[in-house]
Amino acid sequence: MGDAAAPPAIALEDITCTFVSRGGVGRYTAVAATSLAVQPGEFVAVVGPTGCGKSTLLNVAAGLLAPSSGRVLVHGRPIDGINARAGYMFQTDALMPWRNAIDNVTAGLEFRGVPRGEARVKAQAWLDRVGLGGFEDRYPHQLSGGMRKRVSLAQMLILDPELLLMDEPFSALDVQTRSLMENELLDLWSANRKSVMFITHDLEEAIALSDRVVVLSAGPATRPIGEFAVDLPRPRDVAEIRMTPRFVALHEAIWRVLRDEVLKGYEQGKRKAATA
Amino acid sequence: MSVRTAPAGGRGRLLVYHALLLAAVFGAWWLMTEPLLVSEEFAKKMAFFFGRPVQVVVVVWQWFSGGKIYPHLAITLWETLLAFAIGSVLGLVVGLWLALSPTASALADPYIKALNAMPRVILAPIFAVWFGLGVLSKVALGVTLVFFIVFFNVYQGVKEVSPVVLANARMLGASRRQLLRYVYLPSATAWVFSSLHTSVGMAFVGAVVGEYLGSAKGVGYLILQAEGVFDINTVFAGILVLTVFALLLDSIVTRVEARLLVWRPRQAETESM
Repeated sequence: MGDAAAPPAIALEDITCTFVSRGGVGRYTAVAATSLAVQPGEFVAVVGPTGCGKSTLLNVAAGLLAPSSGRVLVHGRPIDGINARAGYMFQTDALMPWRNAIDNVTAGLEFRGVPRGEARVKAQAWLDRVGLGGFEDRYPHQLSGGMRKRVSLAQMLILDPELLLMDEPFSALDVQTRSLMENELLDLWSANRKSVMFITHDLEEAIALSDRVVVLSAGPATRPIGEFAVDLPRPRDVAEIRMTPRFVALHEAIWRVLRDEVLKGYEQGKRKAATA
Repeated sequence: MSVRTAPAGGRGRLLVYHALLLAAVFGAWWLMTEPLLVSEEFAKKMAFFFGRPVQVVVVVWQWFSGGKIYPHLAITLWETLLAFAIGSVLGLVVGLWLALSPTASALADPYIKALNAMPRVILAPIFAVWFGLGVLSKVALGVTLVFFIVFFNVYQGVKEVSPVVLANARMLGASRRQLLRYVYLPSATAWVFSSLHTSVGMAFVGAVVGEYLGSAKGVGYLILQAEGVFDINTVFAGILVLTVFALLLDSIVTRVEARLLVWRPRQAETESM
């Protein structure tokens, strides 16, 4: 893998995903010839207009979806099935509704055969860490949207994954809860730097959190069209960093590239709605 | 689950109204069968068709005080319980299997539909031939009734497992077997419990109808015997006892359900912190 001592935590090489529609007549290429790598300890944000195939790319990285062509390498080795070194945080609610908060957090450990007592002690520590001490016995429907996200975060992090895959995890939250969660994520991340692939349609969120922003084109046949290193100092406060001149400059530069794609995506959405 | 809105005055007042309504029905029944307001001939006719409420209550009283009813009730309840348990387990297993195996499901689909569409009470005489006049033939009938309710609910339950929850469990490292145990099964059992009222009711129907069509014991048998000699009071006494026990079973189910489905969101649930 050339000059780097350690191979990337995840490398997507020349990924194409083509879906065949149900009748077998229509074909839809969501992602075309995309290559993308996340280095160990790097926080990469992927932005693109809505409906451009960002989630498809993430599902490929997770091993939940096999690409039509291309390779997925984890630490230089191709994956077979689920990417066991990755944790995935979904956009929508992914907690098991029949398990209370602590049992949801222990789930991953249970699957790995960790004894119940040990798993509970660990889960308790994680719930405390995400600020949910005292809510162990609550079922998901008894928790607010932000609290459910915290449980999801603990559920993922308790397994100590090397790579975090995040699919617009905070998009359903209100603005205040959202920046709180973003700061918390940065805190947890800086404690032991994992590799992160963070998908979002929100450019501000992308810049505030990441080391590098990758811009995707509008679908179909989405591919990366720009890459920007974010050289803002850490630790960051996501609310405050938005005011700095460097942030504004970065935002302007990236938005110039992203804007045309967003407009394209918007036009396509309108056309789709008109023909439907 | 029905949502009842209590009239002004709350639950206590409502209970009083319930009691009053019941008393009114019994009062009307009594007045129709006694020659006080109506002619003697009419009262006799009514008593022949509907029995006399006082006599009915007396029969029920004698059954319970004399102890004659207990073995019959025990048999009926035992049949209900067996039919419910066997039907539920079968429905759960087959439902899970067909829901998770597309080939088996595609193959079995028309037959499942046909069996479900068939009026299964008609199987009772065949079961009597196969299993005799004892408990087994009633259980068999109850099982055919319960099975389909549970089966369709489990099938639905598995099909409606959220794909996100499933993908999440897979990402957390669940194997196929663990998915079955930790995701599909809890989701399916939730659906089974939500059909508990119907399936317990059906098990009860299976037991009583089975007894009614041919047996030597059970409440259905008591009713059958009384009918044979036009003892309409005893028939109504049997119906009364069955109704009360069906209500009792239903209230037990409601309690069990509330305990097992704590994780289910209820409407407008508020919790004090």
